[in-house]
Amino acid sequence: MMMCKQATRLMSLKRDRPLTFQERLSLRLHLAMCGACRNCDRQFELLHQVGRHYEPTSEDDGERHEQSDDDPGSPGR
Amino acid sequence: MTPNSADDDRHRRLAAVRPRLVAFALMHLRDAAQAEDAVQEALVAAIEKPEAFAGRSGYETWVFGILKYKILDAMRAQRRQGKWQPLEDETDDEAIDRQFQRNGRWQESARPSSWGEPEATFENEYFWQVFDACMIGLPDNLARVFSLRELMGLSTGDICQEVGIKENNCWVMLHRARLRLRACIERGWLEESA
Repeated sequence: MMMCKQATRLMSLKRDRPLTFQERLSLRLHLAMCGACRNCDRQFELLHQVGRHYEPTSEDDGERHEQSDDDPGSPGR
Repeated sequence: MTPNSADDDRHRRLAAVRPRLVAFALMHLRDAAQAEDAVQEALVAAIEKPEAFAGRSGYETWVFGILKYKILDAMRAQRRQGKWQPLEDETDDEAIDRQFQRNGRWQESARPSSWGEPEATFENEYFWQVFDACMIGLPDNLARVFSLRELMGLSTGDICQEVGIKENNCWVMLHRARLRLRACIERGWLEESA
């Protein structure tokens, strides 16, 4: 039976490479039984998403279309 | 907008985003002077080549993109100077062993709890303070590998090439970095809400 420490290894690993069938299965079994590890898995996921939120999410995403959409390729078709 | 006021606007925005650029560079380079240099180079490139900004992303995001290349250059230089060490001993890490009992279960005091909804967490200014502080507290090699993977978005295969370590070593380091970060953030995060 896999213990929490080894489970965290797989939780970490699955964010860096695809797990093997065997690894996926044992992680899933462990998570089904262990609430603390489910929390840990969510925390790793949050850390995995940190990069997308670290960059400045520019408030001007909405106005960019006004300046940039003068693509010469398509009109008239 | 006249060209001049467009320039002014950009300079103002660069000045506003500068602290975040420095913090980002610092997380990767772990050296204040080198972080300042990388940011300076990125800002100069942004100011000198404004026409390279295609408007496909936000202006700040574009500058961040330039900074990433400057950081990678600086990291390669660090590697040449021998500032990068792979993990020497893959079996031993006290900071992590403290989170688990000998039989591999969580220590009562270290059991992960729920941090709530991710979106709310990311919007919380305090979370970022804790995150930054915890990143600073990581050992250099773990912090560098973690930022390359999770902040820069490189694959572990690319990281190996970039820093010259084995992929297996990289996975071990990421596992440690994540476990240390989660424990550190949880301590800081829950203290605030308590």
